Amino acid sequence: MKRLMLALMALAICSPALAVDPGEMLKDPALEARARDVGAELRCVVCQNQSIDDSDADLAKDLRQIVRERITAGDSNDQVKQYLVDRYGDYVLLRPPFNAKTVLLWLGPLGFAIAAFFIGRAYYRRQKQEAVALSPLSAQESAEIDRLMKDRN
Amino acid sequence: MKSRLAYLLPVLIFVGLLGFFFKGLFLDPKAIPSVLIDKPVPNIDLAALPGRGDTGLKSEHLKGQVSLVNIFGSWCVACVAEHPYLMKIKAEGSVPIMGIDWRDDPKAGMAWLQKHGDPYERVGADPAPGHASVDFGVTGAPESFVVDRDGRIRYKHVGIIDDRVWKQTLLPIIKELQK
Repeated sequence: MKRLMLALMALAICSPALAVDPGEMLKDPALEARARDVGAELRCVVCQNQSIDDSDADLAKDLRQIVRERITAGDSNDQVKQYLVDRYGDYVLLRPPFNAKTVLLWLGPLGFAIAAFFIGRAYYRRQKQEAVALSPLSAQESAEIDRLMKDRN
Repeated sequence: MKSRLAYLLPVLIFVGLLGFFFKGLFLDPKAIPSVLIDKPVPNIDLAALPGRGDTGLKSEHLKGQVSLVNIFGSWCVACVAEHPYLMKIKAEGSVPIMGIDWRDDPKAGMAWLQKHGDPYERVGADPAPGHASVDFGVTGAPESFVVDRDGRIRYKHVGIIDDRVWKQTLLPIIKELQK
């Protein structure tokens, strides 16, 4: 038990290893921090569910270098991301942007929730109406019954 | 009648989902649609491989004729498999092939061409980090682009060009563009 706890604790404190190696880092820590922020949001197109910072692929290494070049050249974080989007498409962003192509992805769940609400409401209303149908006869129905009763006499 | 439809609805949704999932089984997650289709080729100016005798590869070399741009490297195993077919295309003379020697030592690239044959009209060296290849949105080698006379990218093929890819896909596109 104690061992298991220790193992779990060890797991909890270890962080995923980054592929960024010290040789690639920028000397200016502020710029390097920005390069990390950008790199963490860019998809490695070879190993698709890793960011370029997490991937050991050669292309990811090249892209890390290009991100650092752009940052050193004075690009903002968004400009660096746009630079890669221009070449690889929105696909290269790990967080899908909100635009005409992704509107269904973002709003779909909300749409389903709203649809579920209206369908549910219509269902319960109908149940209520069926209950109402058992209520006293309308004037027309009473008149009809009276007429039938008269005919019998 | 109406209520029967309501009972069928979950079944219909389920069948619809099955359809989507079934299609998903055969989708290639590696096939990333290129955003560069129908856009002008990126602005490139690549040095020649040492001793090859051309002047390297520039964007202007990709204008005035339909061409096939092929990204390769001496380190690339799949390129060795593709190479004999590129030699065949060169022998047929249907389209000039322009090479980009991606993230490679230009000397190694040249030696590789001497060993395996040289199907290219021009070759540009694009050593790491491969700016020109990244401008082409490269995801791996080999990768090929059909470029039209106006220097616009019209088609991208990821992976090896073999007989099937060439005859069914690339050659028809090239023939159409050459009209």
